Amino acid sequence: MNKNLRWKVIVIVVVMLVFMFGIFGIPKSLSGTGLLAAMTDRIHLGLDLKGGTHLILQVQVNDAVNADSDRGIERLKDDMRSRKIAYNDVIKPDPANNPDKIVIKGVPPEASSDLRNLIGDRLPEYDASSGPENSWVLSMKPQQLRDLKDRAVAQAIETIRNRIDKLGVSEPVIQEHGLGQYQILVQLPGVDDPARVKEIMQSTAMLEIRQAVDKQPYPDEQAALGAHNGVLPDNTMLMHGRSIGASNENGDAVWVISRVSAVAGHDLREARVGRNSQTGSPEVNFILTSEGGRRFSQFTSAHVGDSLAVVLDNKVMEVATIKSEIGDQGVIEGRFTDEQAKDLALVLNSGALPASIKYLEERTVGPSLGADSIRSGMRAAIVGMLAVLIFMLVYYHGAGINADVALILNLIILLGFLGFSGATLTLPGIAGVILTVGMGVDSNVLIFERIREELRNGKTPPSAVDQGFAHAWITIVDTHVTTIVSAFILFIFGTGPVKGFAVTLTFGLLANLFTAVFVSRVIFDYVLSRKQRGEALSIG
Amino acid sequence: MEFFRNPNIDFLGKKWYFLAFSLVFSVAGILSMLFWHGIPLGVDFRGGTLVYVKFSHSPDDNAIRAALDRVGLHNAKIQRYGPLTNDEVLVDLDVQETNEAALDKGKAQIINALETNAPAGKVDLNNASSLTIKNSLLEKDPLHLGTDADARYTAIAQSIVNYRDKTKGGVLSSLDELKSVVDPPVVAALQDGYYLSDFGVRNVEIVGPQVGKQLQTQAKLAVLYSLAGMLVYLGVRFEWIYGVAAVVTVFHDTLITVGAFSLTNKPISLTVVAAILTLVGYSNNDTIVVFDRIRENIKLMRREKLADIVNKSINQTLSRTILTAGLTFLTVLALYLFGGEVLHGFSFALVIGILIGTYSSIAIAAPILVAYQEWRSGRGKAPISMPADTGKKAKAKANV
Repeated sequence: MNKNLRWKVIVIVVVMLVFMFGIFGIPKSLSGTGLLAAMTDRIHLGLDLKGGTHLILQVQVNDAVNADSDRGIERLKDDMRSRKIAYNDVIKPDPANNPDKIVIKGVPPEASSDLRNLIGDRLPEYDASSGPENSWVLSMKPQQLRDLKDRAVAQAIETIRNRIDKLGVSEPVIQEHGLGQYQILVQLPGVDDPARVKEIMQSTAMLEIRQAVDKQPYPDEQAALGAHNGVLPDNTMLMHGRSIGASNENGDAVWVISRVSAVAGHDLREARVGRNSQTGSPEVNFILTSEGGRRFSQFTSAHVGDSLAVVLDNKVMEVATIKSEIGDQGVIEGRFTDEQAKDLALVLNSGALPASIKYLEERTVGPSLGADSIRSGMRAAIVGMLAVLIFMLVYYHGAGINADVALILNLIILLGFLGFSGATLTLPGIAGVILTVGMGVDSNVLIFERIREELRNGKTPPSAVDQGFAHAWITIVDTHVTTIVSAFILFIFGTGPVKGFAVTLTFGLLANLFTAVFVSRVIFDYVLSRKQRGEALSIG
Repeated sequence: MEFFRNPNIDFLGKKWYFLAFSLVFSVAGILSMLFWHGIPLGVDFRGGTLVYVKFSHSPDDNAIRAALDRVGLHNAKIQRYGPLTNDEVLVDLDVQETNEAALDKGKAQIINALETNAPAGKVDLNNASSLTIKNSLLEKDPLHLGTDADARYTAIAQSIVNYRDKTKGGVLSSLDELKSVVDPPVVAALQDGYYLSDFGVRNVEIVGPQVGKQLQTQAKLAVLYSLAGMLVYLGVRFEWIYGVAAVVTVFHDTLITVGAFSLTNKPISLTVVAAILTLVGYSNNDTIVVFDRIRENIKLMRREKLADIVNKSINQTLSRTILTAGLTFLTVLALYLFGGEVLHGFSFALVIGILIGTYSSIAIAAPILVAYQEWRSGRGKAPISMPADTGKKAKAKANV
């Protein structure tokens, strides 16, 4: 073997060892099961193979914008009052579609410049323009609006990750999905109770404490309005909830409560499951932050004798009379089961979602189907691979061995890459591996056919091999590039299993460039170097 | 061994037969898309709910339909899934049926409907999670475990679920079967609180209409982009007419493949689109090999007519074309036959596409080149030229 060839062989052996490490790591035992265990340890299986749940959630970002513009309106009203700017009303004409649009009605013309200054000072994120009949239209600046929505998605991802981590799901995927669609992709491998996880993710967990203006609930909204002669007191609203203390405990009840909350979600420090000292039923105790606690004690000391309402996700959970100033603790009682109380504490601790979420897509692959898919995928891979290997041997004889070695190395590199990169192997990914074998052998066939042609034209074996590789090389690059281009586009547009297919196909074909051209050439050179001058080449 | 030794077939002389063949299949596909089955979309693209249910015995479609009707799912499509011996049924609900607000309502309804003969107060072990099983074992404590009861019962519940899902394909037909994996007292405890329904849910796919539309747009864009990518790459590497010829060819392949799905009324899912995109790349392989040879031969045989050069090039590469297509076809056929039901549409697209793609690189791409050249010389212009050889190739030659 000449020196050049020896170096090339060393390169090949090193590459193989590196990728073998990628597949198996350093296996604990060399038995079949030991190797298999080492392999499944390094190559991650997709949801479609190991079972699990795939969800796409839509963050209702308009909720977050509405909350922000509501706060804006409160601030605006306060400031207009303090700067003595007269107005009739401040409304949001279309909260569902244009949640950032605020209309101020009835501002006298002489107050225009004052109002403009105020908005510039206090609501700099809004653009203001004067509209018809002394009204002013405020809408959020596009950049600020985008930021607000992006923040809502980022915060939702963070919150959902917190919750799922606490549930102890292993290797979840939680990430933004699509571009600018405000969607989140959640993948939960091996979760066999997806309904509960979905419930926990979806819960907004917005905890507030507000004043209950009327101490008694009403059976429905009409009754509540009727009690106030059809007009609710200033800054109050109707809210549904449990009818605490009433005989129909499961029934709906309507409370009249204050519009603003004394304490809100971000004032919460910790929630814990406890037991009611009298009934022994589960309840959730919460502790407020020092800032929240300070406001809570201010509120309670100012409202001794009034009622307070614990509101969770816009539903009244609890109403109690304030007997004295309360520090920083509270309790939510409900007819919880142990599990429900645990889940509620979990969602409260993980923080509130900035906006509600909606499920757009759900795919649950049962583990039994995953196991079947692995079986059939492997079977197809082995059958397809053997068919190709045997055909190459029969058709090309000696050179067939060369092609088979190159193909097997191709597979090792591909699987090793999967192990190194942490890319997941999906069922279409297995199909990609099989296709790599079928398409990769194309390069060998191109080269071999060309060598045969050159031999037929009377060239000596070394020069035929040389010519074969030289002529086939450009064609091989062209064919690989076209397939990789479409695989790349597939990778950009595809999701989940399809992405896995694009990844395996791309890397299979890249590896093929190395094995079918470099490795195969080295084998030919080695074979030729051991032959006598004029001895024939075995190529079928 | 050798299949083709110096073939000399006049492919271009048969171009009218090829054209007729392609027309028949394209038109049949188009007619089916327009007037018969349309383009059958999978749940990925049209939205809806699919629940795959495996039964422990041969399922009775009418009984399932009646059960679904009782819970108000009147338009559910029920079809057998996979080979008959699998006893698996696919229940298909439209978007309208499941409604967007409660995306998983349909799934719960189907499971409720099928659990008709549930004994009061008992839980269905075939559709119970390991958490549920663990909790009820923990409550009954059949093994009288002490401190580590939680961990032990978790492991036992997991082994029961594994046995059900991995060994038994998702459905147990008798609780006694469990005696092979867990201790008799556990089985006895389970018999107390559980029963076995005759089915297990294997797979659920719920896609809201919004995602479906989004995916449709993405799939169309992806196919368009990859066609454009091919056009640009081949235009740069060869000459623009080669790119056009290749893209027309690939479009022809895509049309016939989608037509085959329409004619056989097989749903087009995301993975099918993935297969079609792969075909866009793969079908170009053969075309490129032929084009490469045409380019090489144009330089060697300057005096011959393009039609003769093209014919010669196709013949020279025929052995390789048939061989590689045959080998890829072998692997795809293995996928189609053994890859299981989940990959059925995917491998079907590849089987059709590889056959058509190989045929079209000979029968469509090359004749387009010749037809274009004849049209140009008819207008008195110079024959198409080829760009200069790349440096690499020239260097390789110098090495000889």
